[in-house]
Amino acid sequence: MSTPGRRSRLEVEDNGEIAIVNFIDRKILDEQNIQKIGEDLFSLIDQYDRKKILLNFINVEYLSSAALGKFITLNKKVQAKNGKLVMCHINEDIYEVFEITRLDRLFNIQKDEQSALQAFSA
Amino acid sequence: MRTSMPDGSTEFVIPSDLGQAHCVQDAIEIQLKECHFDDKEIFGIRLALEEAIVNAMKHGNQMDPAKKVHVRFRVLPERIDVGVTDEGPGYDPGDVPDPLADENLERPCGRGLFLIQHYMTEVMVHPPGNRLTMSKVRVKPHLNGDKPHKGLNGDTPH
Repeated sequence: MSTPGRRSRLEVEDNGEIAIVNFIDRKILDEQNIQKIGEDLFSLIDQYDRKKILLNFINVEYLSSAALGKFITLNKKVQAKNGKLVMCHINEDIYEVFEITRLDRLFNIQKDEQSALQAFSA
Repeated sequence: MRTSMPDGSTEFVIPSDLGQAHCVQDAIEIQLKECHFDDKEIFGIRLALEEAIVNAMKHGNQMDPAKKVHVRFRVLPERIDVGVTDEGPGYDPGDVPDPLADENLERPCGRGLFLIQHYMTEVMVHPPGNRLTMSKVRVKPHLNGDKPHKGLNGDTPH
């Protein structure tokens, strides 16, 4: 599958039905980048009809509440298509952000990519 | 525009341009590292700065490039004090829905102030609501036994 856009902030890799998404940026803070990341993530569902999406945060060191908002909207879109969104490799600091905002309850968060892939068949 | 103030603080006056916000954050991060704040502390402070400045630009100044955001800060080994002021009408923080409430959990916005309050030790929104001051007071004891410094408002840490 080709990446959603030439200036994408994402790298998308296919694993069967699952689209594995890696973030190019270490800091998902810049509003314009977040906007672009949101558009590219949403296009996976709206344009490419992907229903199983794995977000791998291995490269990510910072994110803001604006980025969380995009992931929430993505989750809603995936659920509307009866799909599944799973996250993995979230570092300790970022995981704390998910915990304190209670978003760790909303999202399916796995330790690594292998357990995240297994979570799709659970 | 960057100005050094008599009390040792620094003030940036920047347009409502998110790119410039990151220049301010980078300048503060350099001082935090010079004062040996650790990576976890810097993560939280940087996130609080991001949320405060973005709120000021987006919700305060409505991204009007003619309106400025004033960021005043002072970094000391035992604390950081930051004031962020926009040129908007202000808001009542009591009007912000609780982001932890079940019914708000899936709202894509409204977590900025909550995150600031989590990562900083003292946070105040000053009437009419276009000025926020926040401080992070480190738990480590004062190395030389000096009295704690006052914040940018002249208030002492609790």
